[in-house]
Amino acid sequence: MPTDAPAGNPAVDFAIRVRGLTKRFGALVAVDHVDLDVPRRHVYGFLGPNGSGKSTTIRMLCGLLTPTAGEIEVLGLHIPQQAEQLRTRIGYMTQKFSLFEDLSVRENLEFLAAVQDIPRAAARRRIDELLEQYHFQDRQKQLAGTMSGGQKQRLALAGAVIHEPELLFLDEPTSAVDPESRRDFWEKLFELADAGTTLLVSTHYMDEAERCHRIAILDRGVLVADGTPDALTGELAGRTLVVEAAQPRQAQKALVSLPGVISVAQIGNVLRVLLAEAGGAEERIGRELQRAGIEAAVSASHASLEDVFVSATRGQPRREDAA
Amino acid sequence: MKSRRLLAVMVKELRQMRRDRITLLMIVGMPVLQLLLFGYAINTNLRDLSAGFADQAGTAGSRALAMDIVATGVVRPVLQVDTPQELVEAMRRGRISLGVVIPRDFERRRSEGREAVQILVDGSDNAVQGAAAQLAQMPVDGSSASPLAVHPVSVVGFYNPQRRSAVNIVPGLVGVILTMTMVLFTGVAIVRESERGNMELLIATPVSSAELMIGKVLPYVAIGLVQTTVVLALGLWLFEVPLGGSLLHVYLAAGLLIVANLTLGLLISTRAQSQFQAMQMTFFIFLPSILLSGFMFPFSGMPRAAQWFAEILPLTHFLRLIRGIMLRGASLWELWPDVLALLAFTAVMMTAAILRFRKRLD
Repeated sequence: MPTDAPAGNPAVDFAIRVRGLTKRFGALVAVDHVDLDVPRRHVYGFLGPNGSGKSTTIRMLCGLLTPTAGEIEVLGLHIPQQAEQLRTRIGYMTQKFSLFEDLSVRENLEFLAAVQDIPRAAARRRIDELLEQYHFQDRQKQLAGTMSGGQKQRLALAGAVIHEPELLFLDEPTSAVDPESRRDFWEKLFELADAGTTLLVSTHYMDEAERCHRIAILDRGVLVADGTPDALTGELAGRTLVVEAAQPRQAQKALVSLPGVISVAQIGNVLRVLLAEAGGAEERIGRELQRAGIEAAVSASHASLEDVFVSATRGQPRREDAA
Repeated sequence: MKSRRLLAVMVKELRQMRRDRITLLMIVGMPVLQLLLFGYAINTNLRDLSAGFADQAGTAGSRALAMDIVATGVVRPVLQVDTPQELVEAMRRGRISLGVVIPRDFERRRSEGREAVQILVDGSDNAVQGAAAQLAQMPVDGSSASPLAVHPVSVVGFYNPQRRSAVNIVPGLVGVILTMTMVLFTGVAIVRESERGNMELLIATPVSSAELMIGKVLPYVAIGLVQTTVVLALGLWLFEVPLGGSLLHVYLAAGLLIVANLTLGLLISTRAQSQFQAMQMTFFIFLPSILLSGFMFPFSGMPRAAQWFAEILPLTHFLRLIRGIMLRGASLWELWPDVLALLAFTAVMMTAAILRFRKRLD
């Protein structure tokens, strides 16, 4: 298993180092002064809602977009200046399926192998190997466009790793995939990480983020949290409660108006409450509910990554609100 | 530039093309359709124009002349009247497009060598006017008093060879078809990759701009030559177009035009935001090409500025080459200025396309 060293430690070998990365599209600041350190051999998660700047950041890291400001170093290369040298060393799986729909599975892989300049014999071996690993042996001649979402994603991943890159970027790889395919897909990602590949995966699924060795949370272009899932949830110790009430909707109404409550989310019959501060909130919330005439049982709970996400994104004043 | 990658791009293009039925159909269907359209429908040798006659002279000589005019096949008599006014009236109503007036003093005018016959032309149709103007060149020989002297020998020579316009049009048509299809095919080639999302994958790979551009263009050179063959074969077979010069030179000239048009298409493709835009830009090039190159209208008759502009168009130079080779039997080397012009055009466009194409999304 990869060791988890604190970010910024010079002893750790980083695949990606980013300082002050900023991208503006006209008046819109898509990525706003992001600092990032991705250790090698890690599965690094990029968590954030749609439009939070995940794709833009990944594209800048690959050298596909020119940053407005900031410094990028990927595998020791300065990006975007040395982007061409980077191309053979990274794999990039785009958010939208970007292989050729009118080519067959094998033809797509053949094209990518040739473009990556893998010698013919080695390419044939590598393609056969990938077809087996990714379960495409009996679909070699099928056109990519006729496959299901999960199959397409698997093929895209096979294509992205055909040249055995040191670093793999995956932009929301499972957004169009059913849960079972997602699980299989993540198995493949961990196999790659075990084999020594560094992976940067963007997602908006909490369960996927939880699997990552480290995650960074992006909100409207700003990096709002960064760390291991355990460390991030640990920071919220004592700030998460579970409220069981006979009428959860009513309880929720009463709770949201209480001071110090950041969010209340109903999950089945219980409510998850996230507080601004830790310490002794349990009784206070219980009393407040009683005063409002709502019978409820309040108990402490372990923080989840979703709580981390909510506290990170709601803890700060929204820029739109400020404007 | 690595040949492996170049080959990979070409193979990919060909494989995609093979599965694209509409493109395949266009490759062969478009030349055939256009050849038939231009070869048969566009016929500058007009025949059977409805004509009215006002023979006020009524002499043997005037009747003979009228019969000779009819005998050319250009006109078909539909009306016999007494006065020119009645002819004008009939023309306004659209009954006739041409009126022949033979005045009372026809015989005297002819012997004096003055204008003996008047032909009224419906000028609202340009083609009719042209045809009738040529009819007016008919020798009504005034120096001789003999009615036989007005026998329209030279007019028969002018209108009889029905193939004549096909002979002019078919070689040019090779160029027109290549201009349309080649620019269009490559015009959409790069944009299509962007629209389908393949471009993001391509630019993240080590494939270079030049490999991508040239690899995309080369398969279409073969297609262009196939189209050339289709048009030439049909032209020779259906319209009996003569081949005066060397077939090899015809293909070389076609190759020059193909490459010039493909690079132009690539440049369009790096500019256009969508396949639709690329098509619009293609037609923006296509229209002046057809109108100014000398394919439809004589080059020498155009204003100076239009001529300069036409010199930029590849089709202009190709028309000079192909007509020279096929009709006059000239060799490509004798026509070197146009060869040079096409080569220069290609070099400029290719460079511009490669420079413009950035392996970036912004």
